[in-house]
Amino acid sequence: MTITFRRGLIAAALLGTAPAALMAQGFTPENPECIAPANPGGGWDFTCRQAGKTMQDLDLIPSTMQVVNLAGGGGGVAFAEVVNKRADDNDLIVAASSATATRLAQNAYPGNSMDQVRWLGALGADYGVIAVAADSEVQDLPALMEMIKEDPTSVSIGGGSAVGGWDHLKVLIAAQEAGVEDVRKVKYIAFDGGGEAVTQLLGGSLQAFTGDLSESTGFVDSGDIRVLAVLAPERLEGEFSDIPTAKEQGIDAVGANWRGFYGPGEMSDEAYDYWVSAIEQLYDSEEWKAVMEQNGLAPLDLQGDEFESFVSESVSSITDLSKEIGIIQ
Amino acid sequence: MDTLASLADGFAVALTWQNIALALMGCFLGTIMGALPGLGPSNGVAILIPLAFTLGLGATPSLILLTSVYYGAMYGGRISSILLNIPGDEPAMMTCLDGHPMARQGRAGEALALSGVASFVGAFFATWGLVFLAPQLVKVALLFGPAEYFALFALAFMTLGGVSSTNQAKSAFAAALGLGLAMVGVDTQTGVPRFTFGEVHLYDGIDFLVAIVGLFALSEVFIFLEHRGTDKDASTAPRLDIGRITPSLAMLKKCTPTMMRTTVLGFIAGVLPGAGASLGSFISYSMEKKLVDKDNTFGTGDPRGVAAPEAGNNAAAGGALVPMLALGVPGSGTTAVLLAVLLSLNITPGPLLFTQNPDVVWGLIAALFIGNIMLLAMNIPMVGLFVRVLMVPPRILMPVVAMVSFVGIYGISGSSFDLMVMIAFGVAGWVLRKLDVPLVPVILGTLLGNAMEVNMRRAVTIADGDYSVLIGSWLTLGLWAVAIIGFVLPIFVGGVVKARMRGAAEREASITD
Repeated sequence: MTITFRRGLIAAALLGTAPAALMAQGFTPENPECIAPANPGGGWDFTCRQAGKTMQDLDLIPSTMQVVNLAGGGGGVAFAEVVNKRADDNDLIVAASSATATRLAQNAYPGNSMDQVRWLGALGADYGVIAVAADSEVQDLPALMEMIKEDPTSVSIGGGSAVGGWDHLKVLIAAQEAGVEDVRKVKYIAFDGGGEAVTQLLGGSLQAFTGDLSESTGFVDSGDIRVLAVLAPERLEGEFSDIPTAKEQGIDAVGANWRGFYGPGEMSDEAYDYWVSAIEQLYDSEEWKAVMEQNGLAPLDLQGDEFESFVSESVSSITDLSKEIGIIQ
Repeated sequence: MDTLASLADGFAVALTWQNIALALMGCFLGTIMGALPGLGPSNGVAILIPLAFTLGLGATPSLILLTSVYYGAMYGGRISSILLNIPGDEPAMMTCLDGHPMARQGRAGEALALSGVASFVGAFFATWGLVFLAPQLVKVALLFGPAEYFALFALAFMTLGGVSSTNQAKSAFAAALGLGLAMVGVDTQTGVPRFTFGEVHLYDGIDFLVAIVGLFALSEVFIFLEHRGTDKDASTAPRLDIGRITPSLAMLKKCTPTMMRTTVLGFIAGVLPGAGASLGSFISYSMEKKLVDKDNTFGTGDPRGVAAPEAGNNAAAGGALVPMLALGVPGSGTTAVLLAVLLSLNITPGPLLFTQNPDVVWGLIAALFIGNIMLLAMNIPMVGLFVRVLMVPPRILMPVVAMVSFVGIYGISGSSFDLMVMIAFGVAGWVLRKLDVPLVPVILGTLLGNAMEVNMRRAVTIADGDYSVLIGSWLTLGLWAVAIIGFVLPIFVGGVVKARMRGAAEREASITD
């Protein structure tokens, strides 16, 4: 009566006849499974469930995607499980994001590295934002950075990740580009998730917030917070197009929380091709575009080898930054 | 009354055959999941998400199904607390303290029925609170900065005294042990792992569900093993008579003020995103003990000790929906899951939810009322069925408990490491019981310790190392005052009560935990 078993039962009961796989390829997964390396409710869980549901709707997979929550170690438990126990499982994909790359870069998955798994593809990117409360006197990003330069203790910046995590690094990237001399002095306060940090921003405990755009949309719409800058290479489309980028304010900082999948390291080439193509078709579909729009995800169209080199670059740049700020030696 | 008109619209949305059937199914499944140790409301909701998706349900029906499971699980958690002394989920822990002694006195039926009524009262009034106060309550949540949260958690610990043991030193030891366990894992304020011994499974800290199931359920099994075949297994073998299965009017009357007070307390704890249902049921119990426990009957099967935490934790469940709907900030693990569901249904919770998606919000609230009444109607007649669990001989019941514990924990995390941790906790629980150390403070320390520490450090960091920030606002001063009164008063009044306590001590020591 494990969760997976129940899900299987429910799926089996409801889908007496599985839809015929439309993929004309040598490989089709019998029991497609997605590991969300966190408890239900977080971003990885969302990635698995939403992608799994849409893949099934599009008949890219022959049956319901089983979502298994394998929480622990900030994704490290799932990573180790895939590397050590399920290295040749062709039916398995695992949700990943910038947080995965950050932890790999900081050696927070003891004994594991990014080349032990196969990187399949991205599903989009959630660009970072730096925001203040609507009644704050700070009007743009350079003004906030000026305040930090003058007196780092006067600005408390809250975010949803631990110290050294992605929300923290994003603000440090911006501070570095803005010419803050010792970024270690930037006062970052860690909260359990972006929502809690925004609440504290509204309550007046914090002066600024760093997080993902999707975490802040509800508060932007209601006018409770003002986004000073989005850390994207150019302005986003649609309803977010009036948010200025950091770059156009003279601070050349880009920080995207990408979402995507990796698979086991010894996955067969046929299975690898199958999943890369499934993710590609998913990404190109109208349904997924709608999901991206709902969730504030910006385009990031990378699959297969391209995705692998993208992850590799982001790991090495995070490694450099983490060394600079003293999180790793 | 705009609000009432909207609510009427909500009922129009919720009262379709499909939605009623979904609510009924959700309530039933939720009750069962809540009652099984290990499976709590958050896992219950998570398990049913694929079902909602596969059935192709729209936003409102999905939410009705999932929130019924949520409320159902909050109801169900008490069942195993009372019958087996094993909490079905974290908030139901406090119900063990008086619920199980009642069951052992042959009043299991009464305890179950009373706690059902208390759950109903808590959830019912909390839902009304959600209807009328949600926008205003959001402002309360904004008043709580890190310093205020720290004072609130400190209050919880300072009123701990006497909650579950006659020996205060042992209570303090147990709480310290829990606080120590809460330190395990990566420290979010520095990013440095503490007490993890390089073991990646420990980076996220110890899952308190694993700790609870180990400490309560497995140690129960170990105690049974130890005493098997001897007369001593009386400690695990419950009495066979069920007693009456409806609470007497006199008892309900006696418990009414308790339920009212704890509903308010629990609701407020639920509204605060950093607090949640466990804190709600705990503060409800300890405050009520301080207020009305003149004869020291709490902990020995006092019906008020059953009503208090149940009303408190169900009110907190309703309260936790306030920040989730109005701020998009989950107040508990379960609301975090619900939040994710909302997002994947193309609904952005937040300040604008009530104006942008009124049909969803009011349909959901109407469904809560319907589900709550269903749960009461379902739970009272089922009491007779539940208590039959007590008739199962321990030699059959205990292996089942062990099995459910293992399957439940493995089902949540899919990790055999957690099973080892659970066994370790089981052994520790057995040792602690032998030493007559109460188990509840251990869990409270584990559950609340991390949040308490983190909020203190956030407050001090924001104030650049100035500790006076911890008493820097009127709200913190108020909370500290309550905490200090709650801590000091029993020491002075204690002398008077001591004599009576001594008489009760022997009886109590054999019953609590």
